[in-house]
Amino acid sequence: MATVLDRPGQPERADAVGRLFRTCSVTGLRLHGPAERLIKANAVVATVALLIGGISAILILLTRWQAVHLLGPVQFYRVLTAHGISMLIFFIIFFEMAVLYFACGPLLNTRIAAPKLGWFNFGLMTLGAALVEAMIWTGRADVLMTSYIPLRAHPLYYLGIILFAVGALLVCAQFFATLAVAKRERSYEGSLPLVTFGAVAAAIIAVITLLHGAATYIPTFLWSIGLMNVDPQVYRMLWWALGHSSQQINVAAMVSIWYLLGGLTVGSVVLNEKISRTAFVLYILFISMASAHHLLVDPGFSSSWKVVNTSYFMYMAVLASMLHGFTVPAGIEVGQRLHGVTQGLFGWVKRAPWGDPGFSSLVLSIVVFGFVGGITGVTIGTEQINIVVHNTLRVPGHFHATVVSGTAMAFMGLTYYLIPLIFQRKVAFWRLAQVQPYLFAGGMLVFCVFMSFAGGFGVPRRHWDITFSQAPFEQAFDPAVDAVMGIMALGGLVAALGGGLYILITVWSVFFGQRFTDEERLCGAKGLPQGLVRPPRPVTVEDEVNLPNGKLGHAPGTMVLVLIFLAAFALYYFANWKLLSFVWKIG
Amino acid sequence: MSKEPMHTALVSPKGRWWERAHATEKVWFGIAFGWCMVLFAMMPLWHWKGGQNPSGIRRKVDPAAYEARVQQFVQDYKVGELKGIPVVEPPAGSDVYLLGRMWSWYPVLKLKKGVQYTLHLSSKDVNHGFSLFPVNVNFQVVPGYDYGLKIVPSEAGDFGIICNEFCGIGHHMMLGKVIVTNEDGSMPGEKTASATEVR
Ligand code: HEM
Ligand SMILES: [Cu+2]
Ligand SMILES: [Cu+2]
Repeated sequence: MATVLDRPGQPERADAVGRLFRTCSVTGLRLHGPAERLIKANAVVATVALLIGGISAILILLTRWQAVHLLGPVQFYRVLTAHGISMLIFFIIFFEMAVLYFACGPLLNTRIAAPKLGWFNFGLMTLGAALVEAMIWTGRADVLMTSYIPLRAHPLYYLGIILFAVGALLVCAQFFATLAVAKRERSYEGSLPLVTFGAVAAAIIAVITLLHGAATYIPTFLWSIGLMNVDPQVYRMLWWALGHSSQQINVAAMVSIWYLLGGLTVGSVVLNEKISRTAFVLYILFISMASAHHLLVDPGFSSSWKVVNTSYFMYMAVLASMLHGFTVPAGIEVGQRLHGVTQGLFGWVKRAPWGDPGFSSLVLSIVVFGFVGGITGVTIGTEQINIVVHNTLRVPGHFHATVVSGTAMAFMGLTYYLIPLIFQRKVAFWRLAQVQPYLFAGGMLVFCVFMSFAGGFGVPRRHWDITFSQAPFEQAFDPAVDAVMGIMALGGLVAALGGGLYILITVWSVFFGQRFTDEERLCGAKGLPQGLVRPPRPVTVEDEVNLPNGKLGHAPGTMVLVLIFLAAFALYYFANWKLLSFVWKIG
Repeated sequence: MSKEPMHTALVSPKGRWWERAHATEKVWFGIAFGWCMVLFAMMPLWHWKGGQNPSGIRRKVDPAAYEARVQQFVQDYKVGELKGIPVVEPPAGSDVYLLGRMWSWYPVLKLKKGVQYTLHLSSKDVNHGFSLFPVNVNFQVVPGYDYGLKIVPSEAGDFGIICNEFCGIGHHMMLGKVIVTNEDGSMPGEKTASATEVR
């Protein structure tokens, strides 16, 4: 049967290496045993981190909801530290390791270079993560995720981060080695697939990021044992060179997954390889300056430095995201049209497989990331506008729309395909899996929007008590803030429910899930996403008669959508300048 | 139209993929690029025409020296005390020194509406966050760095200073105060009170 992934004429290898492969009956991907096991191990630990982070999320959420105010101050800051680290670092990065293995091994039809090294890396990362968690939960690292010097954690905390980072760096090395193996063994013809190209971009950014990480944490570790001095402002700059670049890894990985899921679910096509690849290259080129937008109201840097660097050199990374924001939905639209879904401007939206959690996750990820995360991010990262935003709840309101509703949502969508493809199981609790993306993204959307609202009133982030009951003076926020944060909490609880369902579904599927046969798959057994039941067939040149050729091009629906996006962007952006103009004169 | 059929992002493109983009992609590229230039231009423009910029007078300072400067400032212009914290009323247009420390803002400031001051911010120990309530103006306060910002209070009344950077276990107790009086030194409440009396 022909599928999107067909590689006609691939020679089967008969040697020992060849026996390690299993050809996936669905996609024709050839899966290398060691790669499969490494993907599984990393995905499992990622899920454990998600569970720890998720329980922490509920606890801090119920504390910030002033009507409940669950935890005491010590626990609050401790659990907040655990939430940030477990989610942003451990969950996200372990999952990315799995994605890297997937993008270089199966997608390139090759074996993983040095699988034993993979287990060493995995061990190192897990050990590092365990050390860090142990330090946090035993109260020896109440410094929050950013651990701004001179706040001081136990030296083992910093050491744990270093071990984790070294492991991740070695996985990147292994990824590049695998690319070299694939090239040498000619496992693929032509150029790298776009998804793998995106993963290469992510891996290069990861290397840059991890080098910044070394520059931050090695001196900090030495400082913690009394061997050297570190300037607090320099620390902030280096930490964010790590902290922000790592967000660019997430964006590159997420966009690659968008392309991947588009292809798997509805056979979306790459409109133009040049444009999409150039956009990935822009991410690589302009990333190391991104640290600046965390330092816009810091004393250590001049305004010209801030302007040049925050704009990532005139917003070239923003340009890249805006390009992907067009090409991904346009690829979905054109893909659908090529497959005969040609009605009107938005017939491809109406007829899309909304019951496929892989597809709904993909779309929700694009929409919330773009409309909420992207627009707010560029706006609040503007030098002057940051004055009315810095360290208020508008900041976590923004990044829960990017890394959570965007990246984590994309990861979840991918999981619904990895379970059958890699773990060879049906997705358990299929009905729940179908609503899970809507719960998670819907809840997160409410959470982010209302968190941002609260931030607009000046409500600080990372704060245990905004009634200031233990402060020397009386002070109260506008009563509207109570309602706003109540709604925020409800949204967060719904999202947490969605996250909990995801964990339940994946753990159950992987450990107790049913295996399935090829016949079952083809008759559409419950528990298999439609992209596997009816894999989109590869399109031919003749299919292109289905494409419209009007003023708005091949993807008129997407063109309308991106223009709406731009209008929303401009409105929000200039509204914020207006808001800024009302505050005290400052210079 | 290309001769190779279109493909998904999962397969290796064969042959030459460095092809010209479709017209719509080029149009979107142009629009997006133009928008990025607008985003970029707004920042220098606001420095030139706008009233709120984080530029400031910035220099490194020894935390002990800064603390001594604040003490001097308090001694020079202290006019009272509030909850044990000195209230300081500096002359119009002068330099004002505020110290962030675990876990209080020191001292309480008394300023005049419509007058420009240079507000210096620094910390004695760890990072703090200066967040003026309810105006919602926020700056990072970093030990070892003096951030001198020219400010003009535009309304009279009581303002809080929330600490919005985590600074240890007492972070949420760290609340300071700025009192802004009318040009004649009266408080907004007093003025309305006397106005009703007259009527
Ligand atoms: C169900 C989902 C989630 C809920 C309800 C939630 C809720 C929260 C809350 C209430 C805060 C504290 C904000 C503050 O007081 O400053 C927070 C902080 C944070 N969250 Fe989440 N979160 C969720 C998922 C995630 C995920 C999946 C990630 C990362 C991938 C994440 C990353 C972070 C980070 C980095 C912080 C900042 C920690 C800090 O300020 O040090 N969250 N979250
Ligand atoms: Cu503080
Ligand atoms: Cu604080």
